[in-house]
Amino acid sequence: MKILNKKNILSILAILIVYAIVELLTHLGVIDSYIQLNLILIGINIILAVSLNLITGFTGQFSLGHAAFMSIGAYTSGIVTAKLGLPFIVGIIAAAVVASIAGIIIGIPTLRLRGDYLAIATLGFGEIVKIIAINNDYIGGAVGLNDIPQYTNWTWTYFLVVLTVFIIYNFIKSYHGRACIAIREDEIAAEAMGVNTTYYKILVFTIGAFFAGIAGALYANYFSFIKPDSFGFMKSVDILVIVVFGGLGSISGSIIGAIALSLISVFLQNIPELRMVIYAVILFLIMVYRPQGIMGNVELKLFNKKGGLNGYAGSK
Amino acid sequence: MDMLVVNNLYKSFGGVKAVSDINMTIDEGEIVGIIGPNGAGKTTFFNLLTGIYNPSSGDIVYKLKEEVSAKSFKPFKMTKYGVARTFQNIRLFKDMTVLENVLIGYHNNFKYGILSSIFHLSSYFKNEKKGNEEVTQLLKIFDLYDKKDTLSKNLPYGEQRKLEIARALASKPKLLLLDEPAAGMNANETKELTKLINWIRKEFDLTIILIEHDMSLVMDICEKLFVFDYGRLIAQGNPESIQKNPKVIKAYLGGE
Ligand SMILES: Nc1ncnc2c1ncn2[C@@H]1O[C@H](COP(=O)(O)OP(=O)(O)OP(=O)(O)O)[C@@H](O)[C@H]1O
Ligand SMILES: [Mg+2]
Repeated sequence: MKILNKKNILSILAILIVYAIVELLTHLGVIDSYIQLNLILIGINIILAVSLNLITGFTGQFSLGHAAFMSIGAYTSGIVTAKLGLPFIVGIIAAAVVASIAGIIIGIPTLRLRGDYLAIATLGFGEIVKIIAINNDYIGGAVGLNDIPQYTNWTWTYFLVVLTVFIIYNFIKSYHGRACIAIREDEIAAEAMGVNTTYYKILVFTIGAFFAGIAGALYANYFSFIKPDSFGFMKSVDILVIVVFGGLGSISGSIIGAIALSLISVFLQNIPELRMVIYAVILFLIMVYRPQGIMGNVELKLFNKKGGLNGYAGSK
Repeated sequence: MDMLVVNNLYKSFGGVKAVSDINMTIDEGEIVGIIGPNGAGKTTFFNLLTGIYNPSSGDIVYKLKEEVSAKSFKPFKMTKYGVARTFQNIRLFKDMTVLENVLIGYHNNFKYGILSSIFHLSSYFKNEKKGNEEVTQLLKIFDLYDKKDTLSKNLPYGEQRKLEIARALASKPKLLLLDEPAAGMNANETKELTKLINWIRKEFDLTIILIEHDMSLVMDICEKLFVFDYGRLIAQGNPESIQKNPKVIKAYLGGE
């Protein structure tokens, strides 16, 4: 209907211009491989944060297992591209599908759990995934899987970030997305209004895991080497910190959070101990002074309902 | 035509018999009240009617959009069957706007899939437009349209109660269950609410069961009253006869 309205065309244009500028700067040598590495890491973190935000920020299901989905995606794409020699796109799709199946599997038993119990269960799930990887020789055990072809580049990363944001944003702006927010707000009332909370909880775990799997594929095929430790509990916490920092229930917040915290990590790269301290301090300050996160649950103009990315503007 | 039949309904929590041997028949189009002292089991009865609790024994049968009995009750299925409710302790979606709250009530009337929601296909626009229009209509009826973008937690108390009714109505129920709709309202607000309930009942062809402590409201609009005490149905009849019923007077005065 109104797919190609002015706002959408402007959004698409903005997306392409950002891409072109980075490409151009890369060709001119302004963006060297070090900056590119960080751009890709930021992109991966955006995908992870936005997808976790769907689960934790919008639907209110506290999860400490997001890195496990990433791990499943990374190993899947690693196997598909390195061991089977298939193209990257196959690796990405396989990573997303296998991770989302894991999302369904973890979603079902955790349905009866809330709050702390859910957090502990998802944490346990993450550890199980790690232990399985450590004990599986086919994927290199504790040593890890290496010689994964390096396919990930700026182009793949950027457009997969755009795809993730586009899909999750649109989902949220539909009645399905509103149902998820209602579950966060009051589960009993949501049920009484006809929302099948079981279905939606599994659905958001599935979608969230799908994109975490894609992030894993990007990671594996960028670094060529993955090991079970790369996706442990601390990685899940990292992602959660980004989401809380940016604002539970704000997609723009997750993007800003991913950029800000990735940059902080870059500056503190040589002193990793300090990085965790700074993370803890940031989290503390946010909890005390701005518990709703930098953005609260507000979206930036670009992402606003009336402002674009395909937003439905008919609610006058 | 009876649309709700309750047979020998029991519900106990541990040793507490919250609902005990209730039999009740409600006809289509009726507006009835449930009254009784605190802890009499009124809310528990609503929770049984809406699948939040399963009966310990006995049965509940609806003859609404289809015939269903308590075995197949699940809270999220009740709006599909044509039953919607409000809550005694207001349960709005606090950080959602007034409009969004009512859109959740409309949930089951949206008909488009996940793919359409993700790619905003034409069914998305059609559905959202229709939903927004119908919900807007409701908000105007409830005098809440000017506040449609206000977060529901920022509404004054009386308007929160009204919003809960609007949200329930958005599911297009045949039977509306109101748990103390006038609680916390002043006399004026209560009078206005009484009018509103009467009006929506005719406009939307509703059957209404309401729990209420405010006798002026109950006596004003209910055709029939059921009196609960200690989980039991101790009296039923028209408001005048209930007012004179010695068992009821005793229950309220607290004698043995
Ligand atoms: N989930 C529960 N677990 C244990 N006991 C319960 C539960 N729900 C209700 N009860 C008990 O059942 C009895 C009936 O409670 P109910 O809330 O139905 O009363 P009510 O008639 O709605 O009272 P009020 O007028 O105060 O709202 C009370 O003794 C209450 O403590
Ligand atoms: Mg009650």
